[in-house]
Amino acid sequence: METIQLTIDNKQVEVAKGTNLVEAAAAAGIKIPTLCYMNLHELGYENKPGACRICVVEVEGRKNLAPACKTTCTQGMVVRTHTPRVINARRTVMELILSNHPNECLTCTKNGHCELQRVAGELGIREVRYRGETTRYPKDMSVSIVRDMDKCIMCRRCETACNEIQSVGVLSAVNRGFPAVVSTAFNDPIQTTACINCGQCVAVCPTGALSENSHIADVLRAIADPSKTVVVQTAPAVRVGLGQDFGYSGRSVTGKMVAALRRLGFDYVFDTDFAADLTIMEEGTELLGRLNAALEGNPDVKLPLMTSCCPGWVSFMEKHFPELAGNLSTAKSPQQMFGAVAKNYFAQQLGIDRRKLVVVSVMPCVAKKAEAARPEFGREGDPDVNIAITTRELAHLIRFANLDFASLEEEDFDRPLGESTGAAVIFGATGGVIEAAVRTAYEVRTQKPLARVDFTELRGMEGIRSATVDFDGTPIKIGIAHGLANARQLIDDVVKGTSPYHAIEIMACPGGCIGGGGQPYHRGDIGLLRERTESLYAEDGEKPLRKSHENPYVLSLYRDFLGKPCGHRAHELLHTRYYDRKPVVTPCSTTKK
Amino acid sequence: MAQFSNYILVCGGTGCRASHSEHIITALRKELDEAGLSDQVQVIRTGCFGFCEQGPIVKTVPDNTFYVSVKPEDAGEIVREHLVKGRKVERLLYVAPDTGKHVADSRHMDFYKPQVRIALRNCGFIDPENINEYIARDGYAALGKVLEMQPEEVIKEIMDSGLRGRGGGGFPTGLKWKITREVQADQKYVVCNADEGDPGAFMDRSILEGDPHSIIEAMAVNGYCTGASRGMIYIRAEYPLAIHRLEVAIAQAREYGLLGDDILGTGFSFDIEIRYGAGAFVCGEETALIHSMEGKRGEPSVKPPFPSESGYKGYPTNVNNVETYANIPPIILRGAQWFSSIGTEKSKGTKVFALAGKVNNVGLIEVPMGTTLREVIFDIGGGIKNGKRFKAVQTGGPSGGCLTEKHLDTPIDYDNLLASGSMMGSGGMIVMDEDDCMVSVAKFYLEFTVEESCGKCTPCRIGNKRLLEILDRITKGKGCEEDLTELRNLAGVIRDTSLCALGQTAPNPVLSTMDNFWEEYVAHVRDKSCPAHQCRDLMSYVIDPKSCKGCSLCSRVCPANAIGGVLKQPYSIDQAACIKCGTCMDKCKFGAIGVR
Amino acid sequence: MEKICMSQKRIDEIKAVCKEHGNDPGELINVLHTVQGKLGYLPKEVQELIAMELAIPAAKVYGVVTFYSFFTMRPKGKYPISVCMGTACYVRGAEKVLDEFRRQLGIEVGETTADGLFSLDSLRCVGACGLAPVVTVGQKVFGRLTPSNVKEIVEEFRRMEEA
Repeated sequence: METIQLTIDNKQVEVAKGTNLVEAAAAAGIKIPTLCYMNLHELGYENKPGACRICVVEVEGRKNLAPACKTTCTQGMVVRTHTPRVINARRTVMELILSNHPNECLTCTKNGHCELQRVAGELGIREVRYRGETTRYPKDMSVSIVRDMDKCIMCRRCETACNEIQSVGVLSAVNRGFPAVVSTAFNDPIQTTACINCGQCVAVCPTGALSENSHIADVLRAIADPSKTVVVQTAPAVRVGLGQDFGYSGRSVTGKMVAALRRLGFDYVFDTDFAADLTIMEEGTELLGRLNAALEGNPDVKLPLMTSCCPGWVSFMEKHFPELAGNLSTAKSPQQMFGAVAKNYFAQQLGIDRRKLVVVSVMPCVAKKAEAARPEFGREGDPDVNIAITTRELAHLIRFANLDFASLEEEDFDRPLGESTGAAVIFGATGGVIEAAVRTAYEVRTQKPLARVDFTELRGMEGIRSATVDFDGTPIKIGIAHGLANARQLIDDVVKGTSPYHAIEIMACPGGCIGGGGQPYHRGDIGLLRERTESLYAEDGEKPLRKSHENPYVLSLYRDFLGKPCGHRAHELLHTRYYDRKPVVTPCSTTKK
Repeated sequence: MAQFSNYILVCGGTGCRASHSEHIITALRKELDEAGLSDQVQVIRTGCFGFCEQGPIVKTVPDNTFYVSVKPEDAGEIVREHLVKGRKVERLLYVAPDTGKHVADSRHMDFYKPQVRIALRNCGFIDPENINEYIARDGYAALGKVLEMQPEEVIKEIMDSGLRGRGGGGFPTGLKWKITREVQADQKYVVCNADEGDPGAFMDRSILEGDPHSIIEAMAVNGYCTGASRGMIYIRAEYPLAIHRLEVAIAQAREYGLLGDDILGTGFSFDIEIRYGAGAFVCGEETALIHSMEGKRGEPSVKPPFPSESGYKGYPTNVNNVETYANIPPIILRGAQWFSSIGTEKSKGTKVFALAGKVNNVGLIEVPMGTTLREVIFDIGGGIKNGKRFKAVQTGGPSGGCLTEKHLDTPIDYDNLLASGSMMGSGGMIVMDEDDCMVSVAKFYLEFTVEESCGKCTPCRIGNKRLLEILDRITKGKGCEEDLTELRNLAGVIRDTSLCALGQTAPNPVLSTMDNFWEEYVAHVRDKSCPAHQCRDLMSYVIDPKSCKGCSLCSRVCPANAIGGVLKQPYSIDQAACIKCGTCMDKCKFGAIGVR
Repeated sequence: MEKICMSQKRIDEIKAVCKEHGNDPGELINVLHTVQGKLGYLPKEVQELIAMELAIPAAKVYGVVTFYSFFTMRPKGKYPISVCMGTACYVRGAEKVLDEFRRQLGIEVGETTADGLFSLDSLRCVGACGLAPVVTVGQKVFGRLTPSNVKEIVEEFRRMEEA
C-alpha cells in the first residue's frame, strides 16, 4: 500500500494514499468537527459535498482554508487544525448556521442526539452575533417520518440516502441561495410522494429536521388502560441496537431488554423472532413450491422469488416495479405474522376479544409504522399490530420510566410467542433471511440434515452478493442486496429476464435491519454496524435450535391452529397481496377558465 | 454577380438593435433601390462596433465615415447626400466632446484611438452570418495551420504567448490545454463558457454576435490540441441573437467541412453543440457549468478534481471563456512572440472591457494590458457624465472591488487589480461619480450575490445574506459601529471558507469599499447620514424658502401629498409623509428643492 | 396510484419533446427550455411527466426548475415586463424605474397582474448598457427610461389590448 507522510499540528502522520484530512487527523488523535461529512466506507456510500465548512483547516501554501473532508493528503503537507484563524472561521460558520436555526434544543426531538448541538457545544458558542431573516417551511408528517425543515442545515445527507443509497429519489435540494432546502417535489407532503418510509433520511440527519413520528404516548396510554391486555414483540435487530443508548454499543442486550419491557408494564413480552420462524415456514414452503414447479418445467412459475419481510422494499416494489409483484413472496413480514397470530390465536387462547388485545411492536425501522397501518393488515378496523415503535423510542421509554438499564437482571421472553431459533435471530442482518430459509428449505427438500448450519457465503457487507447453494445435487442460485440502489441492479435483471437467481433477499437498509432507520444513530460508524451483525450471528450460534422448522412452538401452532404451511388457514392469516402504486399519466380534458 | 464598390455597415448588436438598427437596414436598402445603387452599394449587418453610447452606428466603407445615433428616417439623407453626392451628413457625425468638432473617421476618435483590437478584430467589420467574410479576413487559416502541426507544438505556442483565461481567474490557457491533453481518456470535451452573467458586462455576447466563427475555429483548434472530438458552447438563454448567430455559423462551418468528420481531409473530427444556461450566475463557475450541462442543478463542487481531469460526465473537459478563445486564432497566425510583446510582464495581450456607468462613452473597448484606468475612463471613456466628479470604478463585477482616484494610474493587469483589492473578472467596468453611495453600491452587489448564491455551502448561503442584512441596516440608519466590526469579520470568514469562487469573492465589494471609503461607512452608522444623499432613509428633501416662489407645482406632482403651502408663499414638505421619490426636485423650475 | 391529469394533446407534445432529446436525463435543461417555450411555464404535472419520460425523480426536476431563474411555474403575463438590474442600469436609476412599475401595476417582482396582462421581473444585464436603464416588454426594448416614462409604457400596452 502506497503511503503519504504529512504533518498535522506538528505531528508526523503516515496514511494510505487517498486518505482525506478528517481521517488523517483522526489517525493523529485529532477529531476534526464535521456536519455534512458522512462516510460509510465499505458500504460504498459517502456524503461529502464539502458544504457545511465546519471542518476547515489551514494547509500551508494554500490561500484560503481547506475543507478537511474534501482535501486529500499529499506528501509533505503541513496542516494546522486549531489556529485562531481556523477556530474563528469555524465559530463564525457555526454562528451563521445557528442564526438560521430555531433555538429550541430543550424541546427538540433530537435533544441530546443532535450533532449540531454537540459541535456547537465543542466550539463553545455562547452567543450568536449574526441575526436576520430565518427560513420557514411548513412542517410535514407521514405515519413514519416528521419533517421540520426549519432545522435543516443543508448537509444533504438525507438527499444522498434517498437518492444514492436507496434510489428512491423523493428528496432533492430545491430553490437556490438562502431559501435552498432539501424537500420533496413541489414541496408536496411526504405522505403523497413515492417515499417508502425506510427512514434512512432520518437515520443520517444530524439535526432535528428529520425524525420518526413518535408513538410513545400511544404505548403509555395502552399500558395504563386496565381494560387492555398489552403484548409487545421485539424485532431481531432491536436487541443489538438498543444497548447503544445505554453504553453497550452493538452488543446484544436481549435479557435486559425483556426485563425492561416487563418493568414498563407490558402484560406479555414476546419476540418477533417467533414470527420470523413462522415466516420461514411459509416463505420456505413457497420457495420450494416454486422451485419444484420450475424444475418440473412449469413455464408460468415466477422466479426468482423475492423476500417480502422488509416493508421499505415492498413499498419500493409497489411504487417502482409493480409489474414484478408476482415475484414477491406473498408471506407477510414477521411483524404482521406476529400480529395476525396474536390477534387471531393468542387472544382466543386468553379468551378475550381481539380488540382488547393491544399489540405493540418494537422495530429497528420506521417503515414498520407504515406497514402496521396498511388497511389489509387488520380486521374490521382493528389493526393486527396496533402500535409500532422504533428501537430509539423504546430507549426513550426506558429512560422515561427512569429504569437503570445496567442493573436490570436478564429475563426471558414469555411463552408461547417468545420462543425462537437461531435462524430467526439472523433475520436482522443482510443475508440472514435467505440463510434461514435455506436451512429449512434444504432439509425439507432433501430430507437430509444439514452438515453445516452456517452459510457464511451468504453473509457479508458487500452491497450485492450472490452464492450458489447445493441442494443435494440441485444448484440453487441466490442473490442478496441491501440498500435499494443495489437492489435496483438485481431487479433490472429480473425485468429484463436475465436474472440468474432462484431466490433474492432484499433489505432496504444498509447492513439489513441492524442499520434500520429506527435504530440508535450509527453516524456512519461502520464498526458499529459490524458489531451489531456479529452479535446477531453470535446469538444464533449460541441457540440450541438453529432452524425454524425445529421451533417446537411454531410446530405446535401449525398442529393446533394453522394446519399446514401455505395451507388454507395459513394463507388466510399469514399471506398478503400487493398493489400497483406507480404513478401514471391519464389524459383528461382540461377546462379553460 | 454585382461588384460592390461601397459598403454600408450597420451595427446589429443587441444594443443598437434595441434602438431600431434593423429598421435602418431596411430603410437603407429601400433608399438604395430607389436611387438605383443596389448593385453598387451593399448594406451589411455587422456585430457590435463597441461605441454603444452613440448607437445605432452606421459606417460607410471604404471612406470610413462613422455615423452615430442614426434613426431609420436618416436613411434617405445618407443615401442621397453621402452616396449619391459624396457629401458627408454632418449632423450625424460624432462630435468630439473636447473640441466640439465633428469627427468623421472613427480612427481619429478618442474612443477608438488607444484601442488595440485582437479579440474584437472582426466585430463591426464583417457580417457575422457570412462565413466568407470571416474567411476573407484570414478566418480558419489558423485551423488550417494547426492541423499541419503537432498538438504539442501548438500548445507550446499558446503557452509561450502568455495568454491567460479571460473569464476571471486568469489561469494560463496553454497550461490548461496541456493538462487536458495529458490525461488519458477515450473521450474528451472542450467547452466554451458563454454564460456571461456579470451585471454590466457584455463582451462575450458582443464577440459571439459579431464574430461567432472565431470561437468555432478556436474550439476546433483546442479540440485538436487536447484530443477532444466534441465541443459544447454553454450560453445564456437570454442571448437569443448570439445563439442564432452561433447556430448559423456552426451550420456554415459544417457545410464548408470545417466542422464534422475528417476536417480538411486531415482525419481530425470535431463538432460543436450548443447548451443553454437558464439564468444562474454561478454556472459561470466551471464545475457548476458542467453540472448544468449534465442537466443538474448548477452547484459547484470542490476542486480538485479539476474539469481538465474529470469534467463533463466524468471525462476530461477543457473549459475556456469566449474572449480567451477569440484570442487563439491571431496567436496561431501571428505567433506567440507578437502576442507576448503586448501587455505587461505577467499579463499578455489585450483585454476587452465593457465600460459603463457614469461615463460619457459607454461601450465595448479593447486595450493592451497595462493601460491605466485613467486612460480608459478619461481618454476612451471621455470622462464623467454631466461634468461630475469621478469617485470610483468597479471592476470584476460582483467578485471585484471598487477602485478610487489613487488607483487611476495603476496599469491594468491581473496582478495589479488583485493587489488593489479588486480583480480582472470578466471585464465589467462600471464608473461611479460623486452621487453614488459606496455603501449602497456594496449592497447592490451583495444583493446580486445573495440572489445568485447556489445555497450549497454555509458561508455563502447564510453568510452573504447576513452581510447584506447588515449593509441594509446601515443604509437605513439602523447600523451601529459594532456592525462594522462584524461586517469585516464575516466578510473575511466568507472569503476564507466558501466553497467556490462566487462565495470566496462575494465580500470583495464590501471589503474594497470599506478599505477605500471607510469614512462613508462611519458617516452612515455614527452620524446617520449618507454623504452622497442616496440612502433614502438618511436624507430629506427640503424646500429653500428663499428660492421658493410658491408656484404649487411641487405640491401638485407629489404622489404622497406631502407638500403643502399657500400660493405665492414658500411651500414646505411634511417629512413624515414624504416618500422621497424626488419628483418635486425634478419638477421645481426654480431649483428651490434640495436634499439634506 | 397517483394520477397526473392533462390533455392528451399536451401529453403527446411533451412526450415528443422528451423523445427529440433522446429521453436523456442529461438533456433535462434543454427539455425544460423547449417545453417552457411552448407552454409559457412549467406547471407541476408537466414536470412530473417530464420526470417520467426521462426516468428521473420528479424531485430532481423540481430541484432544477427552482434553481434556475429562467424557469417559472407560474404563467407570465401576456406582456412580460423585465427591468434590467445590471450595474450600468442600476447606477443610472433602474431601481426607481422598477419601483414605479410596482406602483403602476400594483404587483411585486415575480407576480402577474390579475387580468393576466403584465408580469414584472427584474433581470440581469441584457447587455444594452448604452441605453441604461433598460426595460424589455416581450421582445420590445425601451431604453434611457426615467420613472416618468413608466405610466405611458403601461398605457401603451393597455391601449394595444383594447384595440
